[in-house]
Amino acid sequence: MFCTVGIAVLLLALTGCATRTPYDYTNYRLHPPRSILVLPPLNESTAVEGTYGYLSTVTRPIAELGYYVFPVAVVDQFLKENGMPTAGEMHQVPLNKAWDVVGADAVLFATLKQYGSKYQVVNSATVVQVQARLVDTRTGLLLWEGEAIAQQNSGGTGNIIGDLIAAAVTQAINAGTDAAHEVCPQANTMLFYTKDHGLLYGPYHPKYGSAGN
Amino acid sequence: MENHQVNLFRRFVLLPVCLLLLTGCAAPTLYTWGQYEELIYVSYTAPGKLSPEMQIEKMEEDYQKARATNKRMPPGWHAQLGYLYYQTGKVDQAHQEFLTEKAEFPESTVFIDRLLINFKKQ
Repeated sequence: MFCTVGIAVLLLALTGCATRTPYDYTNYRLHPPRSILVLPPLNESTAVEGTYGYLSTVTRPIAELGYYVFPVAVVDQFLKENGMPTAGEMHQVPLNKAWDVVGADAVLFATLKQYGSKYQVVNSATVVQVQARLVDTRTGLLLWEGEAIAQQNSGGTGNIIGDLIAAAVTQAINAGTDAAHEVCPQANTMLFYTKDHGLLYGPYHPKYGSAGN
Repeated sequence: MENHQVNLFRRFVLLPVCLLLLTGCAAPTLYTWGQYEELIYVSYTAPGKLSPEMQIEKMEEDYQKARATNKRMPPGWHAQLGYLYYQTGKVDQAHQEFLTEKAEFPESTVFIDRLLINFKKQ
C-alpha cells in the first residue's frame, strides 16, 4: 500500500524560534479588535486554486482564538457584487469602508507566497507559505503581521521499485486533489498560534486580556 | 483491608481523575465546526458538486448534532446558512438565520443589516 510511504511533516519557522524577539503588540493592545474581516488572499503562487483553498481554512483558527470572523464566502460574494471581482481589488478596499459598510474592527490581509507540490523522482514536497497583516479599520494602524511556511514531505523508503510505484500513485492522486489545502491548517497554526508572534486572544476566548497569546 | 481500600481508591478515584485530566488536556474548542469549512471549500473548488440545497441539508445536520452537545456554532455560520437559504428562494428561513447570527454575535449587526437591505432591493 502507498500508505506505507513514510510521510514526514516538517514545520519550519522562518527564523529560529529561540532567537526571535517577541512581536511588539503595542498597537494591538491599544486597539484590540472584536471582529476581523478576512479577505480572500492575494495569490503570488502559480496555483490558481490557492486563493480559495487557503481562504476556507482561515476562519477556524482565528475564531477559536476568540474573535468574530465575518462569513468568508458571504463577504466574498458581497464584495464581488459590489464591483470587486478579484482578491486584488478587494485588497484595495478603503479601510473606512470596511468599518462603515461591514462594521469590521480590523481587516486581515493575507498573501500566499507559495502554494502547491513539487515532485522529485520518488518524493514530493507540498508547501504553503503565507504572510498576513492585521490592520485597524479606524486608525489604519498595523496591529500585527506574521509569516509562516509549512511543508509536508513524502519521501521514499529505500526500496527503489516500490518507491517509484508509490511515488507514481501519490502523484496521480495529488494531481486530482489539492494537497496544499491539507497543509494550510499547519501554516495557520504556525502563523496565528506561535507564542509571542501569533495573534492575541480575542474577546470570546476565556483567556482574553491575559498577557500571553 | 487497607490494601483493599487503596485498590478501590486507585480504581475508582485515581483512574477516573487521571482520565479526566488527560482528556481535559486536549484543548476544548469554542465552537462546533462540523462540515462548515469543508463545504465552503467544495463550493469554490467544485461548484455544482453540492447544490445549495445539499449544503443546507449538511449544515442543518451539523446543527442538530451541535444542539445535542450544547455547543455554539462558529461566527459566520448562521449567516452562511442564511445566504444559502436566500439562494434557494427560502427568504423567511434566510431572514431567520440572519437574525440568529446577529443575536449570537452582535459584531455582525452592521454587515447583516446591510445584507438584509440588499436582499429587499433585489
